[in-house]
Amino acid sequence: MSYVKFLKCRECGQEYPIEPLHVCETCFGPLEVVYDYAKIRAAISRSIIEKRPHNLWRYRELLPVEADSDVGPNSGFTPLLHVKRLGAELGLKNLYIKDDTVNHPTLSYKDRVVSVSITKAREFGFTTVSCASTGNLATAVAAHAARAGLQCYIFMPEGVESGKIVGSTIYGARVITIRGNYDDVNRLCSEIADKYGWAFVNINLRPYYTEGAKTFGFEVAEQLGWRLPDHIVVPTAGGTILPKIAKAFKEFKEVGLIKSGEFKIHSAQAAGSAPVIHALHKGTDLITPVKPDTIAKSIAIGNPADGYYVLKAVRESGGWGDVATDPEIIDAIKLLARTEGIFAEPAGGTTLAVTLKLLKQGRIKPDETVVVSITGNGYKTLEAVASAIEQPSIIDARLKDFDALFETLTNRKQAAAGAA
Amino acid sequence: MGVRVRVPTPLRRFTAGVDEVPADGASIKAVIEDLERRHPGMRERLLDEKGDIRRFVNIYLNGDDVRFLDALNSKVKDGDDISIVPAIAGGR
Repeated sequence: MSYVKFLKCRECGQEYPIEPLHVCETCFGPLEVVYDYAKIRAAISRSIIEKRPHNLWRYRELLPVEADSDVGPNSGFTPLLHVKRLGAELGLKNLYIKDDTVNHPTLSYKDRVVSVSITKAREFGFTTVSCASTGNLATAVAAHAARAGLQCYIFMPEGVESGKIVGSTIYGARVITIRGNYDDVNRLCSEIADKYGWAFVNINLRPYYTEGAKTFGFEVAEQLGWRLPDHIVVPTAGGTILPKIAKAFKEFKEVGLIKSGEFKIHSAQAAGSAPVIHALHKGTDLITPVKPDTIAKSIAIGNPADGYYVLKAVRESGGWGDVATDPEIIDAIKLLARTEGIFAEPAGGTTLAVTLKLLKQGRIKPDETVVVSITGNGYKTLEAVASAIEQPSIIDARLKDFDALFETLTNRKQAAAGAA
Repeated sequence: MGVRVRVPTPLRRFTAGVDEVPADGASIKAVIEDLERRHPGMRERLLDEKGDIRRFVNIYLNGDDVRFLDALNSKVKDGDDISIVPAIAGGR
């Protein structure tokens, strides 16, 4: 059974039934799922949740689905790692990585939102699901559609890397490339959703899709031992996940699963695509779109639909935000990989780099509990760091050659240590 | 002549269900005024109380977001293509 009451416009408050609607007919504001928290409070407890399978459906009362879903059986409940080696380098005792590089089946946080969205698509009776995407969203939709037995069409701007096309087509999805940029593709998809009656996971199923992002926050709170972190740093692109993590924390308090509802949430954007941070730093609500230019493609959205809600959530919590340049992003990716064995995509590098800045600015104190949100896997974006890593040594298959090489490598290491 | 305006689903109740309507005007603002004359109720859906384009409304002129042009003052000429699209959530 479901604990969902209705959809409600976040801007003007108008209510709508639970249908594939995404914008308010009056003001075009986004629609949000409203739950019966009193009923949920009576129905769940920490011990009930703890006994459930390790996937995102362990929080099903707080998700907008009617029945148990077999979509995304391995999605969610990714590790929350207490990273002591990285923490020691940064001077943070209680530093955690929420690691969606190992989310399944497609290695990004998108497996969460898409599991919920596609479950809902099936409940509504759609037979075709679709999205506009150049990366993580596309692969997630293609994979989950395959498991749900739905037809799948993926729209991409022309000129995307062939790997991106393979990553979706392999699951049986039909990939269509559009002569135009990402915004053009999105605009077309919005029109196709209207005309063809397909389920576009992040367009006409947007209220349900975005709810899936809450599971990232639910898990952080549960995995910390049913409490909130002092700080959580979250990447911002379209603006889905950050406000939904804040919502997740508030809901856990509302339904009695945690005691204290205090936390600070911080936004991280790439310097080359930072319309939300610009507005945050300027102290305005008005987000001026930008044309993105960054290696962090998965968060390069110049006109974030939910950017306003990112600002709101950050300010309400007393949090802040900052940007990371491409070199800072690469350095942070390497730092995380070198110290903790986690290879993040550039969005993750952005988030860690911004965490370092917040620490330097004194906004994060050394003994506070800090969660860095890593939302995607670096193996999908090798090209972003390929030119920034040390090249391999080449030798003949002779022990003598290796001896000589090893000596130079060791000397170099000692020289570097001496210089430092 | 004039321009053609693509209308998204939530606004079609003002256009009797039609998804593309003609309009006239030398700027985006003038086109919206003309839409209001032909389909009363449209303006309030597109513009806020201050007369600015609503936060969650995107208007494209020949494929370009008018926020990158001159917003409501963007110049419009005969034969131009205007598309009204609600903001799209979610990442790439």
